[in-house]
Amino acid sequence: MIQIQGVSHRYGDREVLSGVDLSLGEDRIGVVGANGSGKSTLARLLNGLVVPTTGRVLVDGMDTARDGAGVRRKVGFVFSDPDAQIVMPTVAEDVAFSLRRHGLGKAEVADRVGGILARFGLGGHLDHPAHLLSSGQKQLLALASVLVTEPEILVCDEPTTLLDLRNSRQVADLLEGLTQQVIMVTHDLDLLAGWARVLVVNEGQVVQDGPAEQSIGRYKALMGAGRPC
Amino acid sequence: MLTSTFRPGASLLHRSGAGAKLLGLLVFSTVLVAFQSPLAVLAGFALVAGLYGLGGFGPRTLVAQVWPLRWFVLCLLPFQWWTAGWQVAVAVVGTLVVAVAGAALVTLATRVTDLLDVIARVLEPARAVGVDPERVALLLALTIRAVPVIAGTLHEARDARRARGLERSTRALVTPIVVRTIRHADRVGEALAARGIDD
Repeated sequence: MIQIQGVSHRYGDREVLSGVDLSLGEDRIGVVGANGSGKSTLARLLNGLVVPTTGRVLVDGMDTARDGAGVRRKVGFVFSDPDAQIVMPTVAEDVAFSLRRHGLGKAEVADRVGGILARFGLGGHLDHPAHLLSSGQKQLLALASVLVTEPEILVCDEPTTLLDLRNSRQVADLLEGLTQQVIMVTHDLDLLAGWARVLVVNEGQVVQDGPAEQSIGRYKALMGAGRPC
Repeated sequence: MLTSTFRPGASLLHRSGAGAKLLGLLVFSTVLVAFQSPLAVLAGFALVAGLYGLGGFGPRTLVAQVWPLRWFVLCLLPFQWWTAGWQVAVAVVGTLVVAVAGAALVTLATRVTDLLDVIARVLEPARAVGVDPERVALLLALTIRAVPVIAGTLHEARDARRARGLERSTRALVTPIVVRTIRHADRVGEALAARGIDD
């Protein structure tokens, strides 16, 4: 359970989030909003990448400002650009890199790496250079590298933005099948169809919080309202 | 030469420990430099070529590892010949080429993570003076990773420059590379923090 209590955040003079109060407990939570609305900052608050200027964010009771390391063990984060997340030269090494400080033996690391890559359809690419993978495969690798540490919550910031329709579908199917709680920021409204809870962020505030159909309707109305005639 | 991509295999070379291979490389390079002569270069080359064969790597792979040195060799060889004679020229340039081929062989037959583990272990005593060996290993990993990323950026910036009809503009090439490299570094830092790598 994530609790956001009276959170505001500023970058210099610019307030990007203000007065946000939320309890995030549902298995699937979507976040939508225009560019610059504050939704990515909201996502980054959830694993302590960004610490609130005022208020606090609690993950299972742990304050992200005080126990960032503990929070990050519970909350995995996937970005839109997998190239920035892949650190090691080969596929298996990148996944294993996430486990580097987990104190596991070589055999167990190899076991977990092989297992997760097989599950993500990358079992045949263990020693393949990571930078030569397709965009979709890179995003799957980025996901595998995060999920191999078995976080309880996964936050994704536009994970399908750079993917074509087929790869986007593949990543979406994979996310759908996860047992973890998933909180996803996205512009791809189709991904959120049927989700129990979708938040709409506009100008730093959560202006709608409800089932996907209702929230997406509100979001479309908001976007339409600002469109030039 | 750490940018050479690991090629999986089951040869004796692949199965040997990363520490042993690095130590072997150190001894080999030291001996090569100590005996710097055309004969030592020839013997060193024979040994390296034999080890490439042992690792299951053909002559093409060997040539590919030293091919990036061609311009350097083409400049250095005549200069050394002119200033110190052919024997010194062959010894200096040959030592360099054979040592690089040997270093590349180690990276071809060893996973980067295994090399980083050795580096972290070797640096462990430096912890006493405030050096974090894991951090140094991470730094090396990031440097290795940056090579294909920056190469890709260069390729894209070159295409973009051509598309705008600015083929001769240095600024149109350098500015996007610098900006994108800094942005990439920023994103990598954020991604590492998100993965809890430096916690």
